[in-house]
Amino acid sequence: MDNKKIRELEKKAKIIREGILDCIGVDKKGHLGGSMSSADLVAALYFYKMKINPKNPADPERDRFIFSKGHSVLAQYAALAELGYFPKSELKRTKELGSILQGHPEIRTPGIEANTGSLGQGLSIGVGMALTARLDHRKYRVYVIVGDGELCEGQIWEAITCANFYRLDNLVVIVDHNRFQASGAIQERYNLGNIKAKFEIYGWKTWEIDGHNMAEIVSALDQTDRVKDSPCAIIAHTIKGKGVSFAENNYSFHNNSLTQEQYEQARRDIASIQV
Amino acid sequence: MRVDNLREAYGQELLAVAQEDDRVVALDADLCGSTMTIYMEKELPERFLEMGIAEQNMVSVAAGLSLSGKIPFVNSFAVFAAGQPYNQIRQGVALPNLNVRIVGSSCGLSDAGDGATHQSIEDIAIMRAIPNMTIVVPVDAEETRKVVRASLRHQGPIYIRISRSSLPLLTDPNTEFEIGKMLCLAEGTDITIFATGIMVFQALQAREMLSQKNISVRVVNVSTIKPLHREEVLKYIKGVRGIVTAEEHSIIGGLGSAIAEVLCDRIIPMKMVGIKDQFGQSASTHEELLQYYKLTPEAIIEKVKALLNRD
Repeated sequence: MDNKKIRELEKKAKIIREGILDCIGVDKKGHLGGSMSSADLVAALYFYKMKINPKNPADPERDRFIFSKGHSVLAQYAALAELGYFPKSELKRTKELGSILQGHPEIRTPGIEANTGSLGQGLSIGVGMALTARLDHRKYRVYVIVGDGELCEGQIWEAITCANFYRLDNLVVIVDHNRFQASGAIQERYNLGNIKAKFEIYGWKTWEIDGHNMAEIVSALDQTDRVKDSPCAIIAHTIKGKGVSFAENNYSFHNNSLTQEQYEQARRDIASIQV
Repeated sequence: MRVDNLREAYGQELLAVAQEDDRVVALDADLCGSTMTIYMEKELPERFLEMGIAEQNMVSVAAGLSLSGKIPFVNSFAVFAAGQPYNQIRQGVALPNLNVRIVGSSCGLSDAGDGATHQSIEDIAIMRAIPNMTIVVPVDAEETRKVVRASLRHQGPIYIRISRSSLPLLTDPNTEFEIGKMLCLAEGTDITIFATGIMVFQALQAREMLSQKNISVRVVNVSTIKPLHREEVLKYIKGVRGIVTAEEHSIIGGLGSAIAEVLCDRIIPMKMVGIKDQFGQSASTHEELLQYYKLTPEAIIEKVKALLNRD
């Protein structure tokens, strides 16, 4: 892929980060950290990799994306608004009573494929969709972003063994490996060890990339297309809060509110991202 | 009276509807020989998905199948199907109102030998508390077939509770069945018994014995416990002096509770036959446990007499 296209995707990631700030606003709690860390991954999926049609959201041939770490859905809302699934003005109504944008993903929102938010369930839902594709002889692919903290959930490992058993080569998992969970650094709170090795031992084809390097993200996603007979996992090293100076690697912004001052600083930080 | 096995009927009908409708998929967690999805596995192996002993994944996979157009039937023992993946059912299936069928097999005390760990006495209570969930307890093998068939036309999740036992056939192929409706099997004027599952036959036996003492009892088969048909409950209590509910389930949160919720603003005496806030245990036969936990015609008769102040 040429540099120009990479830069276009980086611009989309910047738009997503701006949209996340729209969702969070001032003095309202919001999951800033994990939304920002996954923004580049979400941009690559929606604006490069996935075959989707915002004008026909129910197209049976569309690729599916499930945000299993549902609290980071703000990044998805921003992408869906940019794609025209709903007006951008909705972003500022996130989590308000009656809003189409709930605190965690629900299929009532145009473009959202599954209800997630209780961690550990989204990958299994993706397995179900990938199994349907096989049963129906459809070519669509299923992409699931999971959190690194989420990997503690036992159900994730049920799904990992299941995807391997059924040799679901139409299923791609991206681990948003931002190294922090809600209460602190994963290394200190509940060390998971070598995530890549764990996927491999369960029979998955794996990649390890910089989750903020668009060229690396795109390249890894393209390589998953060519894999046969095994599911694919991309371990994306990311920075929690990426793009917002005071929130980077700061777990207290996992789910926190911004003061007016912080909000303006965050705006300036995102605006200064060079693309 | 002719008896027929409910799980056999379920397994055969599931295969039959799957042969007619390619949206139907069966998922099982290593119990296909007990839930009887084994017929699906033999005849339609492509649409039988062994999920391993991993019920939580199984339910969420079913959510994914449903979201992409399938009608998945999730199978395990009731105690595992409703208990282990509670949150997966709540968040992933019921909240988005998906067409997933959770089939709780070997329900109640019907897995007699395996003991308390395998006996579901609170599954209806758990499922009933979840918005959007429909709960159906077929009364016999015939109704089991109808539930499976009717479930294909139903929007939203259904919990189907299937006994391991062979039960008397109380309905026939011509008996009307609709999810959401109840069925009066025998008329009476003194007391109305609302019963579900295996307790319907117990109630009919109680009615027979009471008729010899000139007590007239109506027996209503409540196969759809949720949504409970409020108007029919009110219709069937008109003119009687009291109500008895009967279920092979805890008296907390099951059919009795559901009926009481409908009638809480009315003055009509009511008594419940059910398991009294305790776990089951192993026994040689299901019948033995029904006796031990007083899920019998005699227990029903006692309640009826108490309501009528007669010994």
